[in-house]
Amino acid sequence: MKPFTYQRPFTVQEALHSIRNTPGSIFLAGGTNLVDMMKLEVINPSVLIDINQLPLNKIEPLPNGGIQIGSLVRNSDLGFHPLIRKNYPVLSQAVLSGASPQLRNMATVGGNLMQKTRCSYYRDEISPCSKRNPGSGCSALKGYHAEHAILGTSSSCIATHPSDMCVALSALEAIIHIESEKEKRKIAASEFHLLPGNSPEKETVLEPYEIIVMIELPPLPPNTTSCYIKVSHRALYEFALSSAAVVLEWEGEKIKQGRIALGGVAAKPWRCFQAERLLENSLPDEKLFRSCAETALQGAEPQKENQYKVELTKQVICKALSTAFKRSV
Amino acid sequence: MKYSVTLRVNGKEQKLNLDARATLLNALREILHLTGTKKGCDQGQCGSCTVLLNGKRVNSCLVLAVMADGKTVTTIEGVSSNGELHPLQQSFLSHDGLQCGYCTPGQIVSALGFLNEPWDKTPEAVQIGMSGNLCRCGAYPNIASAIEEIRSSIQEAASS
Repeated sequence: MKPFTYQRPFTVQEALHSIRNTPGSIFLAGGTNLVDMMKLEVINPSVLIDINQLPLNKIEPLPNGGIQIGSLVRNSDLGFHPLIRKNYPVLSQAVLSGASPQLRNMATVGGNLMQKTRCSYYRDEISPCSKRNPGSGCSALKGYHAEHAILGTSSSCIATHPSDMCVALSALEAIIHIESEKEKRKIAASEFHLLPGNSPEKETVLEPYEIIVMIELPPLPPNTTSCYIKVSHRALYEFALSSAAVVLEWEGEKIKQGRIALGGVAAKPWRCFQAERLLENSLPDEKLFRSCAETALQGAEPQKENQYKVELTKQVICKALSTAFKRSV
Repeated sequence: MKYSVTLRVNGKEQKLNLDARATLLNALREILHLTGTKKGCDQGQCGSCTVLLNGKRVNSCLVLAVMADGKTVTTIEGVSSNGELHPLQQSFLSHDGLQCGYCTPGQIVSALGFLNEPWDKTPEAVQIGMSGNLCRCGAYPNIASAIEEIRSSIQEAASS
């Protein structure tokens, strides 16, 4: 680890003032990802601003029936929270399917949004990698890429975003609340992460002088079912090769509307907007689910070693849709 | 630059003066000489460095010691009391829940954390809840039965 100095602010304003006025500084929350990346010397801040003392660690119901989640809520507290389990089971399932209990006890919701890819070339500190060293190229394209992205890739980067939680947030149309010293703004969870394009080093819309303060979950209609399906090399404590979060709103026996988001297949949680249109006012059956899956993967551009992810993801989508359907009857 | 860090480790206050880079694991092992907590992967993948931080199990290799300032830490050395093994430690012995023993301190401290978490009461809960601790010898069935015995006795005590 390279040397750094350490600060511990107690208010959001103090933290924002520090980050704006301290060159080379970065926020430290749970540290489960950042400390790891600092040990690997892939991320080398000169100043760590420890935000764990900020009052952003509450889960509270909103007057409109939604829920607000402070950005410093620990992943385990989110996954086990009775209101999340009852009203947003897809989020509880997703967050508890990620990492290990020990990591979830430290890792925060905001940190989960900001976590780095697991691409081994990004993490090795040596290989050309445009995400780590802009303009140096993508080693995975010609190297090992069996676990890499099949949607939204570019010639600069084919890394995936590793989060399970963010996939559920995308399907739930969560809203990320961001603050800087000068302003407050909100952004849809589906728009928070960026596709690589020519600048894969820019991973989110968050500016260096901003902080995530809260994640807002909009209320769901009572006749809604949801689920999270994840496939990985191991049943537990492993990143998704492919995953799907599905939220279905019912009107009698018909799906009124549905939302599908995918994990493990792109640099961001991948919303399947076109496939979702097929669900609108439709009667659920295997044929409908399969056409949603086909539509969702239409633009897939796999590499040599990750072609399996196309069919795998289609089956994950079908499984998630049929599971959410079964929960409705 | 050094930072003053106060930890309450196994009930005893410890005032340390540490480089910001020191992990909680290194502080415990190298400064306080509490070497029961093991360094395995040193990147949060094996669980052998598990300690309780304010009662919650965490990987001490990924916690900077400065982040733990003012907090309580329980390591394997703080699990037994008055020379008596903790029931969980006794259960690991009875069930032969180890082979080489390197992962065992982490397994036991992790299990203590697990028993205080709101897991569903399902037969798979121990396997799911203990997924953060690897055992390269593969003593998993005996580890699981050792923990299951304590979990059932806690449940019985709670329902009677």
